[in-house]
Amino acid sequence: MIEELAVLAQWHNVRFMAEGLWITLRISVLTIVFSFILGTLLGVMRYTNHWLLARVAAVYIEGFRASPLILLILLFRFTMPLKPVNSGTLAMTLFTAAIVGEIVRGGLNSVDKGQWEAARSQGFTWWQTMRYIVLPQALRKMIPPLTGQFITVVKDTSYVWVTGVQELTGKGVIILGKHGSTIQFFAIFGMIGLIYYVLCLAINRIGLWQENRMSWLTH
Amino acid sequence: MDRFAAFKWQALFKDWHILLEGLGRTASTAGLALLLALALGVLFGVLATAPWRSGRSVSRLYVSLIQNTPLVTQVFFLYYALPHFDIMLPTPVVGVLGLGVYHGAYVTEVVRAGIQAIHRGQLEAALSQGFSYVQAMRYVILPQAAQIVLPPMTNQAVALIKNSSILAMISGGDLMFQADSWSASTGYYGPAYLTVWAIYFAICFPLAQVARRWEERVRLSRGGEVTAA
Repeated sequence: MIEELAVLAQWHNVRFMAEGLWITLRISVLTIVFSFILGTLLGVMRYTNHWLLARVAAVYIEGFRASPLILLILLFRFTMPLKPVNSGTLAMTLFTAAIVGEIVRGGLNSVDKGQWEAARSQGFTWWQTMRYIVLPQALRKMIPPLTGQFITVVKDTSYVWVTGVQELTGKGVIILGKHGSTIQFFAIFGMIGLIYYVLCLAINRIGLWQENRMSWLTH
Repeated sequence: MDRFAAFKWQALFKDWHILLEGLGRTASTAGLALLLALALGVLFGVLATAPWRSGRSVSRLYVSLIQNTPLVTQVFFLYYALPHFDIMLPTPVVGVLGLGVYHGAYVTEVVRAGIQAIHRGQLEAALSQGFSYVQAMRYVILPQAAQIVLPPMTNQAVALIKNSSILAMISGGDLMFQADSWSASTGYYGPAYLTVWAIYFAICFPLAQVARRWEERVRLSRGGEVTAA
């Protein structure tokens, strides 16, 4: 039993898993950053009630939200001239942006309309009011659902394995092909599960910390 | 746009029964998994608000372990773990178990929030009238919580239907798998995936709209104070 675990702990196996973790992290970070930007844009567009902008955002959001992520990953993989890891990241970004868009809209709606009137009466333009008054207050309300969604992003990176991208879960399944005894199986999956768990908990902590840090905004 | 050429669509519609079989598998898997998720969710949701500390801990452990690891990893874990104990299950059953346990953790949170939204006085009143804790839950608290819980529960059902596409990763024969294997053999990916997208949209979009409308109604009927997320 000890030998079986020692085989697993060999340097080339550890490095193999670390490469998977690196890919998982890279897809996660890129998806989180770009979906936050695109999602904020979509949320503001839908919030404006502008006849064209709001409709474009609504069609985008509902279209992407109703699809399984795995379908988008496969669709992009086979209809775009990109490397699988990039088409997968793109699919995840566009999908997550739709959900972030709804979170942003909800956050904006929760800001009292009086804030608009007050800012506009002080000579702020529409854009300045949005940028300096409304969005910062909305952001604080958005942090708990955003934290939840970004945890989902880290978990969802495992779907990209469907196109053969060797992220953390994929690496684990591959190693399992060589070292598949019962004890090794539990060690591998226990390790993978623990890594995801720690990553998710870290995001959760960052979310709580940000929420505290911004508490002055709504006091 | 020859990725979406007309003859490819024709080939797809000639083989329409393949997608229909997949849709049937998706429906049965999602339906059974939803039942399992509801059962687990009510059980652990009630435990989460129970007066016994061990019950609350068990519930918290379940929710945090399941919610902080990916569904894909959990399903692969089940898929590879069962044979180690000489348990051979058909892949759709593995899918039902994986999906049910995963969404059960989310339903647990929904049920817990629903129970906590009911005023504590309701429970005390029931207990003072001689109800046992389980009876008070069964006849007083849960029926009231059900109304609050309905919209987020519908959202869970939508998420579960979408996530049932996980079966495609373990050759479970669902809609996504059928489209994937059909297009792998023909090379016509575009039409197959777009059609499957349209089917998922036709199921998920109306359900999400219904949930949104219910949510609004519950908020209005309870004076705008309820947040059972």
